[in-house]
Amino acid sequence: MSEPETRVASPPPAASVKVLSGVWRGLGPIVYALVAGGVLLLLMGRDPIGFYATTIESGLLSQTGLEQSIIRMAPLLLMSAGLIVAFQAGLWNIGGDGQFLIAAAVVAGLGAPLVGVLPYSLALALLCVIGFVAGAAWTIVPSVLKAWYGVNEIITTLMVGFIGIRLANLLIKGPFLSDRSLVPQTDVIPFKYLLPYLPGTRIHLGIVVALAVLAAVHYMQTRTSYGLSLRMLGASPKAAAHAGLDVKRDIVTAFGLSGGLIGLAAAVEVLGVWGYVRADWNPAFGLTLFALVFLARLNVKLVIPLVGFFAVLSIGGHEAARRAGLPNDFLLLLIGLILFFMVFTEWARTKGWTAGMRLRAAGRTSQREAALDE
Amino acid sequence: MGEAPAAVELRGISKSFPGVLANDEVSLVVRRGEVHCLLGENGAGKSTLMNVLAGVHRPDEGEIRVAGRRVTIGCPRDAIDLGIGMVHQHSSLIAVFTVLENLLLGRGEGLRLKTGEALAALEEFSALLGVAVDPWVQVGRLSLGEQQQLEIIRALWRGSRVLILDEPTSMLTPKGVEDLQRVLAQLTRQGLAVIFITHKLREAFDIGDRVSVLRRGRLAGTIDEATMRGGTFAELKQMVVELMFPGEAARLARVAEIRGFEGPARRSRRPAAGPPLLELSDVLIPGARGEVGIDEPLSLAVHAGEVVGVAGVDGNGQRPLAEGIAGQRRAAAGDIRLAGTTVRALSIGARQRLGLRYVTDDRLGEGVAPPLSVALNLVSKRIGAPPFWVHGRTKKAAIERHARALVEEYDIMTPTLDTPAGSLSGGTLQKIVVARELSFSPKVVVFNKPTHGLDVKTTAMVRDRIGRLVEGGEAGALVISTDLEELLELCDRVAVLSRGRLMGVVENVPGAEQEIGALMIGGGDE
Ligand SMILES: Nc1ncnc2c1ncn2[C@@H]1O[C@H](COP(=O)(O)OP(=O)(O)OP(=O)(O)O)[C@@H](O)[C@H]1O
Ligand SMILES: [Mg+2]
Repeated sequence: MSEPETRVASPPPAASVKVLSGVWRGLGPIVYALVAGGVLLLLMGRDPIGFYATTIESGLLSQTGLEQSIIRMAPLLLMSAGLIVAFQAGLWNIGGDGQFLIAAAVVAGLGAPLVGVLPYSLALALLCVIGFVAGAAWTIVPSVLKAWYGVNEIITTLMVGFIGIRLANLLIKGPFLSDRSLVPQTDVIPFKYLLPYLPGTRIHLGIVVALAVLAAVHYMQTRTSYGLSLRMLGASPKAAAHAGLDVKRDIVTAFGLSGGLIGLAAAVEVLGVWGYVRADWNPAFGLTLFALVFLARLNVKLVIPLVGFFAVLSIGGHEAARRAGLPNDFLLLLIGLILFFMVFTEWARTKGWTAGMRLRAAGRTSQREAALDE
Repeated sequence: MGEAPAAVELRGISKSFPGVLANDEVSLVVRRGEVHCLLGENGAGKSTLMNVLAGVHRPDEGEIRVAGRRVTIGCPRDAIDLGIGMVHQHSSLIAVFTVLENLLLGRGEGLRLKTGEALAALEEFSALLGVAVDPWVQVGRLSLGEQQQLEIIRALWRGSRVLILDEPTSMLTPKGVEDLQRVLAQLTRQGLAVIFITHKLREAFDIGDRVSVLRRGRLAGTIDEATMRGGTFAELKQMVVELMFPGEAARLARVAEIRGFEGPARRSRRPAAGPPLLELSDVLIPGARGEVGIDEPLSLAVHAGEVVGVAGVDGNGQRPLAEGIAGQRRAAAGDIRLAGTTVRALSIGARQRLGLRYVTDDRLGEGVAPPLSVALNLVSKRIGAPPFWVHGRTKKAAIERHARALVEEYDIMTPTLDTPAGSLSGGTLQKIVVARELSFSPKVVVFNKPTHGLDVKTTAMVRDRIGRLVEGGEAGALVISTDLEELLELCDRVAVLSRGRLMGVVENVPGAEQEIGALMIGGGDE
């Protein structure tokens, strides 16, 4: 266009502003929740500073605490990766806990007999694959119902998830039952056959697996045609179909990948920490991770620090709650508060309250002034 | 006649989005009892300005006065309470709700729904508009034209003081537009103020008392009542084009004429077209529940080098026809061949790979994935294909190069290539869809309302592209449109669709207009 631009074409907000408001969207709710939790502690006559200090001390600063937190991160990160894959594609995989337990039961049940027969690394690799397949298999019913009949996956994954939890229990009390234990559980995989430690630590290999998987998922989502297909599907299923994508295939594979990574999380937890599974075991990571994964806006890079934070909170908080004479449920309360403040910050954002908005507004005014000066 | 008092007054409204100053200190007075037309090229900021008034956006600066009083409109509900109703450019109806439920949204008082009132309003306004709307049918089953009628009814009910219509006629037939015009005349006599956004200059001249033109976020000028009444259409057109595209008026004079204001420029029949590229024989394509499908066997062919039009009122089977060809729904019977290959059982993607393209009329619903970037939306039909993907790996540079070229070629107004497509103006989205479907030498392109929502200049450009597409004799086009002038300008032959039935195919020779009209009415008699 030949004539001078009349429009003040302001550039998009500076990257720093974007990052800042993004970080605050993730961090804000946590800060608010910790403050509110502190007030609650005060009301209950406990010392909030002491509580949080103990949490950090025994979850992050002590050698064993730090190692425990990192060990806890491995299954959480893998499960987050699984949830992110599904959620990005707009598929609400609510049945993660069922997929996790089925895989855990199968890995532990088959693990004990397998490890003695196969070479060490092969046995571990095979068991990881088995965990992946078991978790993936547990999504087939919901994904087929969704892809071919349009059945809402929120309901089916939830139902199939419940069945998974019960079935895992039955498997352990049935075919996988150990006759060497009084409580119903699987045979114990001997310690020497479990995942190796990272050199110089007592942290098992799982965290490395988890970080590698997260990197791969991130690569897939941002740099491959398959990742874009899934993003299209998540952004607008109608647009994906219109664009000629194979929506059925994408639904089934994304679901399978999601369940598979959750199954892998279970395998890593069983092979890294426990060596067996008890019939009544259910860590129920699912619901907490939903919150964290959304707090991270399905962003793999943001999920790592958030999961780290949660791991410290649950390892250190456990100790802090014990010392303060509080039940472990106090941690659930904190998680609940985080969720609450997450919704609150979103609402405040739509009302234009956040620091980011104010920064942008200021930026714009100065741009206009600059334009007028010309 | 003294000047009527202002119904609303916008003072110095500014609104910016990341990378765009959409409104730049715009001031506008809309008086009681007037129809104020708002014109401007795609992306000029018309919808944004009206969304500020309707409470969808908050202005960064400026103030709004309603009936002389300064007000803050923080949300759509505030606007409704002030008697401001708006028909949005893209449907704001909820597809899974019924007509009645959609009317009731935002109108409850406490927990009580105004069901009785809504039914009465529906009856009153649909009678006024001369349409029949079943209150209990799910909105998703209505055609876009019917949905637009419903939105108008809802806005009429909500907007007791000011009625904002953002391209309300893009999906309506000439008859529908006439009816709307009649209703507006009646309501403005009672003091209603109407703001009417359109790209059709004829409409602005016929309906508007005053015309304001936005240009790149600023108010370029207002044409007052005296000038409107005193001048001829040609003069008005001249003024508007000068305001909209200053300096380009001379170059656009020819284009504006092509818009059909002095009667459509007939396209002579093409000499002997090439071999058939798209053949439909005896196809049946069922409609969804409550929707008219292709219910009688339909046969039609598009040859290489030929543009075939499909005329008819929206909702008479156009969408099933287009989607049936594209593969988005299955034909229940008959055969569809693409350059000789039977494609009836093929998937959407397989048909695309055979050279079929479909320009959908639902650009926001399926044409683009709104949260994805402009660049990705421009290649979304080639996901996985080289040069943009090699062995499944994204070649970002290739995608950006391609996107940049199309943005340039089609003058797509976007702050950056990474801007989410959903934030663009309606006309800009349409450009993205058209640009995407016309690239990579298609064989057959099905256009459903190809120019809806495009400004005068871009409309001419797109029509020109359609002509050039078939010129070489390599490709063919099927153009579905409710705009008869558009079809007469573009097509070699025009098929008439009515109630899911092909009424006949008319050669585009002088006099075709009457013949098409007769076929359309013939369909309505049954
Ligand atoms: N929600 C939004 N987020 C970001 N940018 C936006 C948003 N809405 C509008 N814009 C930008 O503001 C500018 C004006 O858009 P607007 O929709 O008002 O144009 P318009 O005059 O209605 O055009 P059209 O005739 O194509 O409908 C465009 O550049 C558009 O990209
Ligand atoms: Mg608009």
